[in-house]
Amino acid sequence: MLAHYGYKDGSGEYFIVIDTDKCDGCEECVAACPCGVLEVGEDENDPFREEPVARVTEEHRKKVKYSCGPCKPASGRIPLPCMEACGPGAISHSW
Amino acid sequence: MEKEYWRWPESRWTSPDVDWKDGDIISAGVDVGSVSSQAVVLVDGNLYAYSNFRTGSGSPESAQKVMDKALEETGLTLNKIDYIVGTGYGRVNVPFAQRTITEIACHARGANFMYGPTVRTILDMGGQDCKAIRCDAEGKVTNFLMNDKCAAGTGRGMEVFADLLSVPIEDLGRLSFEVDKEPEPVSSTCVIFAKSEAVGLLRKGWPKEKVLAAYSSAMAHRVAKLLERIKVEKDFAITGGIAKNEGVVKRIEAELKIKALEPKHDTQIAGALGGALFANALVEKEKGRR
Repeated sequence: MLAHYGYKDGSGEYFIVIDTDKCDGCEECVAACPCGVLEVGEDENDPFREEPVARVTEEHRKKVKYSCGPCKPASGRIPLPCMEACGPGAISHSW
Repeated sequence: MEKEYWRWPESRWTSPDVDWKDGDIISAGVDVGSVSSQAVVLVDGNLYAYSNFRTGSGSPESAQKVMDKALEETGLTLNKIDYIVGTGYGRVNVPFAQRTITEIACHARGANFMYGPTVRTILDMGGQDCKAIRCDAEGKVTNFLMNDKCAAGTGRGMEVFADLLSVPIEDLGRLSFEVDKEPEPVSSTCVIFAKSEAVGLLRKGWPKEKVLAAYSSAMAHRVAKLLERIKVEKDFAITGGIAKNEGVVKRIEAELKIKALEPKHDTQIAGALGGALFANALVEKEKGRR
């Protein structure tokens, strides 16, 4: 499943996409994120999945544009820590 | 008191073909949304009864009310229901639910039942949010996107426009086509900005119909953009209250160049129906284990 967390508003589209088929729940992304945006827990959108999966915390879902801001400077941007940390390559950002 | 044009009709329904007394498993789903709440009761996985009412200020009371309404005159009582799933925005506040499941999962499952297994893309236009969901033939979610930060392009927006234009909400869709030429969409779908823009257009002398056309097409454009991100695949279905507004539905169809499936039931019950289907599956799973 491609889980899109985030929103679209007047200023643009801000989604963190987690491919739950690739995610193995290893929690590397949780440790890598400096702002506590990610967590690992039950798959809320697949009641029959038993394995834990990465997701964006409820707290950050409506403000990812700002939560992820520190990792996205206007210039001199380095690869995003969450994406770098994810072995299976399950995480992507829309902006 | 002045007429409240935004008030959409509430409904309840009982199947003439199903009797709960013959049933093995009775399951239910309750969807407490931001604007409307629904309860659906299944008997052995068949649709038995449903109700669709406005959500009040308290979620537990709203959940109780829709459940009572669904069971009204059926002789069926809450304690005879084997399993109840709560879903929607207020799902944690359904006091009698054994489990909660997100509305994303429930909508996919419910639409799979309502529209058949060929449904691949579901657009839920709720009271205060929009969901774009892709699913497989079993109704399992394969891709989803939810926009609940911004109420643009949702039912609440339509309610505001019904009041602004003094047109009953059920007539908005039809009226929006009574224009010679489709006007430019309003520049913002934000409920507040669009309303001020519409007031300006009315002052300029635009007829109601033209203002409605401009708002409906802006709404359609906005959700079409959301759908682009998950990519629309046939068959396509629209659920939620706005699915009853032909002015928006037809404009979405035109924009996407794809027809939406015809609904057989109240389009607002998809979430509660999905919850009831999950409840039924959970009971079956439990029985299988014994």
